[in-house]
Amino acid sequence: MEAKKDNLEQDQVLLNPILKTGKGFYLAAAILLAITGGAAFAYFKQFVLGLGVTGMSRPVYWGIYITNFVFFIGISHAGTLISAILRLARAEWRRAITRSAEVITVLVLFFGVGNILIDLGRIERAIYVIYHGNFHSPLLWDVTSITMYLTASSIYLFLPLIPDIAILRDNVKKRRWLYRFLSLGWQGTEAQKRRLEIGIAVMAVLVIPIAVSVHTVVSFVFAMTIQPMWHTAIFGPYFVVGAIFSGIAALIIAMALIRKAYKLQDYLKPIHFNNLGILLLVMCLLWFYFTFAEHLTTFYGAEPVQLKIFYAKLTGEYAPYFWSMVLFNFVLPFALLARKKTRTVAGTVIASISVTIGMWLERFTIVVPTLINPRLPTGISFYHPTWVEAFITLGCFAFFIFLYALFTKFFPIVSIWEIREGREKALAEVEERIRTYLPGEVSGEESG
Amino acid sequence: MHRWGMVIDLAKCTGCQACVIACQAENNVPSSNPEQAELGRSIHWMEILTFTEHEYPNVKIRFMPRPCMHCDNPPCTKVCPVKATYYSKEEGIVGQVDLRCIGCRYCTTACPYTLKSFNWYQPHWSPEMKNHLNPDVDVRPIGVVEKCTFCSHRLVNVREKAKLEGREFNPDEYIPACVQACPSGVLYFGDLADPNSKVSELSKSIRAFRLMEELGTKPKVIYLSEEV
Repeated sequence: MEAKKDNLEQDQVLLNPILKTGKGFYLAAAILLAITGGAAFAYFKQFVLGLGVTGMSRPVYWGIYITNFVFFIGISHAGTLISAILRLARAEWRRAITRSAEVITVLVLFFGVGNILIDLGRIERAIYVIYHGNFHSPLLWDVTSITMYLTASSIYLFLPLIPDIAILRDNVKKRRWLYRFLSLGWQGTEAQKRRLEIGIAVMAVLVIPIAVSVHTVVSFVFAMTIQPMWHTAIFGPYFVVGAIFSGIAALIIAMALIRKAYKLQDYLKPIHFNNLGILLLVMCLLWFYFTFAEHLTTFYGAEPVQLKIFYAKLTGEYAPYFWSMVLFNFVLPFALLARKKTRTVAGTVIASISVTIGMWLERFTIVVPTLINPRLPTGISFYHPTWVEAFITLGCFAFFIFLYALFTKFFPIVSIWEIREGREKALAEVEERIRTYLPGEVSGEESG
Repeated sequence: MHRWGMVIDLAKCTGCQACVIACQAENNVPSSNPEQAELGRSIHWMEILTFTEHEYPNVKIRFMPRPCMHCDNPPCTKVCPVKATYYSKEEGIVGQVDLRCIGCRYCTTACPYTLKSFNWYQPHWSPEMKNHLNPDVDVRPIGVVEKCTFCSHRLVNVREKAKLEGREFNPDEYIPACVQACPSGVLYFGDLADPNSKVSELSKSIRAFRLMEELGTKPKVIYLSEEV
């Protein structure tokens, strides 16, 4: 107990956001909630009048709601997947960033699912998906997979949160009842620690295949149809790569914001941004590889139905979207991240903002150009989202940021106990681990 | 076991739209207005597609009536998450249940013929039409998908009639509204499972083709081309 108190002083800054709330927070919250209110009004209008208030039509049955759905589900890969991989790889620099990543996952999933619900013509019948589910439908695979992912990542967020909640229970005066309830009687005994460790390790392994399955089946919604430029086997891995790509970008932006807002420069250091920047660079190259492979295959095969969409994207009406996507997803981030000189905090954040915009555009250029060029002519050659769609989209972003900020007011956004564990245990462990890599030393149990 | 199907002789079609109007009246298809039509929001269970060939003054316009293809391997029924659209094994008809539909529009995007319609707004009719809705057909609410059913309510009616009169049901009694209305005899309807039916016979014509046969959807609407 004594040791705990001492260490807490060292990490006091991590508790500050919970203990005191400044004017800045209220101002930001007010702006975000105002935008959310606008979106709520827009949705109310759509709910009363019908989806006719959007820019959708026959053949553009899906518009930016579905774009948002794919985009937000993609962002969700920031957290759990990256955190799980870093944990399993025992990447020591993960300690300060895993929490902020995991929160993104859990919160953003609601917005992914939410956009599907907003897109429904009859939202009150959404429950039929459970009553009358048709397991031949990729949408039902989505429901299954995303539900599992939400459950697993909530548990995966909660488990490493328990020791921190216990710290709050013991040291913070407000909301005692909440922290006492959520800490589940954590005392930090050896037995509890061992159980927690096993729990986290099991969840970290479980969550990876689930995360991969989520974005694979999201891509299957498109790939399982026989529509040109959707019906392709590349979509599964392509979507997973895009998801991790946009997820890392979102994580970097979130880290930069909390670093600035809560003065966590000592915890979220340039090295974290540098390392995540390298990961982002790898995903950037992978993304380019997939995009290139997909488009070259389509072009070379030269099937007329496919080419119609190919040219709509590269030289036609959707060329501005397509080429800005290439700029934002490849040219700009590659230029910034490939050089050590620009892989700074500012550099990686600019690259991340660029990737976030680019990946939204990528989802858009997947959904709309295929729909607008059907095999049989319908006479419609445009899709212009209306203010309702724009407001709802903005509202999703605003409300997501608000919930994220709210989380930081309830729980430490940097894991206190894991930082402490890094200081107290991991330093020696890493030295020991490196020793086992070297010649001469014999070690019985270490296998890492 | 039936496989109800339609044969459309393109050589005879004048593009008069009688089938379209008959379908709208029979199936309570809501009216549209010019603004909504411009936006692609009109609902058509039966539609005449036009294809313009050559330049003025030698323009040739081809007409193609387009009902639902009632595929034997429908891409739309597979993807529906709630089985609101389904394939009837007994009749070979692809049904659409508006009371079940959640309005996700997955079937509309999966259909390679892009022929399904969505109720973007509350359906409306002119006052004259509103008093003459067909009681045999549901009025679809806002936010659901709808499409041609081959007037399957008529099939139910003629079956019941035959039963009441204590006789065998005669397949020739079942005629969709569009087929009944066509003044130039473009449309034929019948049971493709019966090798002796008129539609079976016509489907073997040298002029016969199905729309996008190569996709493997196995449509039961068979077109007869204008030229051999």
